[in-house]
Amino acid sequence: MLDVARIRADFPLLGQPENGRRLVYLDNAATTQKPQAVLDAVAEYYRTTNANVHRGAYDLAIRATEAYETARAKVAAFVNAWAPEGVVFTRGTTEAINLVAGAYGRANVRAGDSVVVTAMDHHSNLVPWQLLCQEKGATLRMVEITEDGRIDLSDFGRALERRPKIVAFPYVSNALGTVNPVAQLAKLAHAGGAVVVVDGAQSTPHLKVDVRAIECDFYALSGHKMLGPMGSGALVAKPELLEAMPPYHGGGEMISRVWDDHSTYNKIPHKFEAGTPNVEAAVGLAAAIAYLERVGPERIADHERALAAAAIDKLVQIEGVTVYGPRDHRAGVVSFTYGDIHPHDIATILDQDGICIRAGHHCAQPLMRRLNVAATARASFYLYNGLDEVDALVGSLVKAGALFGYVPA
Amino acid sequence: MDTSPPEPQLTTLYQELILDHYRRPRNKGTLEQATHTVSLNNPLCGDEIDLQLRVDGDVIKDARFIGRGCSISQAAASMMTQLLKDKSIPQALALADRMSAMMHGDLSAARDKSLGDLRALAGVSKFPVRIKCALLPWNALTDAVKT
Repeated sequence: MLDVARIRADFPLLGQPENGRRLVYLDNAATTQKPQAVLDAVAEYYRTTNANVHRGAYDLAIRATEAYETARAKVAAFVNAWAPEGVVFTRGTTEAINLVAGAYGRANVRAGDSVVVTAMDHHSNLVPWQLLCQEKGATLRMVEITEDGRIDLSDFGRALERRPKIVAFPYVSNALGTVNPVAQLAKLAHAGGAVVVVDGAQSTPHLKVDVRAIECDFYALSGHKMLGPMGSGALVAKPELLEAMPPYHGGGEMISRVWDDHSTYNKIPHKFEAGTPNVEAAVGLAAAIAYLERVGPERIADHERALAAAAIDKLVQIEGVTVYGPRDHRAGVVSFTYGDIHPHDIATILDQDGICIRAGHHCAQPLMRRLNVAATARASFYLYNGLDEVDALVGSLVKAGALFGYVPA
Repeated sequence: MDTSPPEPQLTTLYQELILDHYRRPRNKGTLEQATHTVSLNNPLCGDEIDLQLRVDGDVIKDARFIGRGCSISQAAASMMTQLLKDKSIPQALALADRMSAMMHGDLSAARDKSLGDLRALAGVSKFPVRIKCALLPWNALTDAVKT
């Protein structure tokens, strides 16, 4: 286990009481808290380096551009990207996937083609594909999940028989915590002739990620879920695919020469970064990556696995609690229900004890339908959570059980 | 494990009457001869209600609902349908206003006997994110009679 007390001291917000109690923040799959190093990096950027990037003829602008491009190289190295120019900064995973659907998808998917997603995809890796397929007259095929919350490999194989143009799936399910066999899935999809899009929103913060080992084509990530600022994120892609793609947004920065009625475009990645970029987000994300590297992605993954395992062990001992998702091959996300106590009621009761969890459909309504629930309660862990917080979660749930008459008060 | 008695604030929120309506909802089901039907959901949390009314002239003769959601939204729906029977539409809309006032902390509304069992929901006003749960069936009602 990590030295949680030492790590927590780096996070100013975690020292702030919530409802008069010590804050127990267990909603890390939604967003994460920020260490002082990230807050400092953003402030320092504005204090010493701020200017518009890629266009200044003066030293300050050159330093701003350097800070921005250094951040890009940092992201590239963190996930073992094909090249720094294969990293396009976006507002997050959602924008990155929309970019793939809007640029690669619109250029390559035609009427009668198919696009494959899974029943455990977040709406952000589903709705962009729905929009694309509706526009093109293509078919969207949703791969089923198994009872214990994994991608059904035989259904995945059947979906590939139609030789889809694009196959998209999450590395880690945000609602179930399932860690998918992404390298295996990518290999199968490639054998079927598809381009592979991996939603990395829940894997990049929590696992050691190597996009070249996975052998995907596009990989989307969100900075705010990995200690970075809101509005930071990236699309990591094979440079040759980006080269061949039409632009996504038009504007400044993404052009080479502009005529009255047409333009030529900048080289990658700038072709996909129209307008003034969010430099503070990129700089903050680079600081977040530096923080995660100091702790070590493998150690973070081990720590979260231990917390999730402890939580599941204790939760299943409470009569009436159902934990969703597989028992192994899972990350630090624990989705559960407790008898007929609605997840929102659970969240309200836990909040009184300073415990923040998520209640709802987790932007995965097709998955909720398959689990036959309207909503679940979800606790999701990160490097600053400890076993005492698992105990706090369980203790507060028992309190919820008492209020609803499940256990004696 | 901590099995100490629940917080006073929480017991105000989750009164027995509320849990009773949640677990044994009154008027749950569909109406044979509904004159007004409306479906509302809260996309943020997924709470759902289908409200059906049978209105004769100006008077609500019967009200039923089907719903899915938290104890607050479902209990509020159950309590509301109890209250609506034989009320005129202006009376029903006046109750909706009283309910909204109670949710926003109006103590006189919380003592208003015309709100019946709904007064048990007065504690919701202390939990701002849950106010929308208690008002969901009432929003369905106003939608139903105004369309």
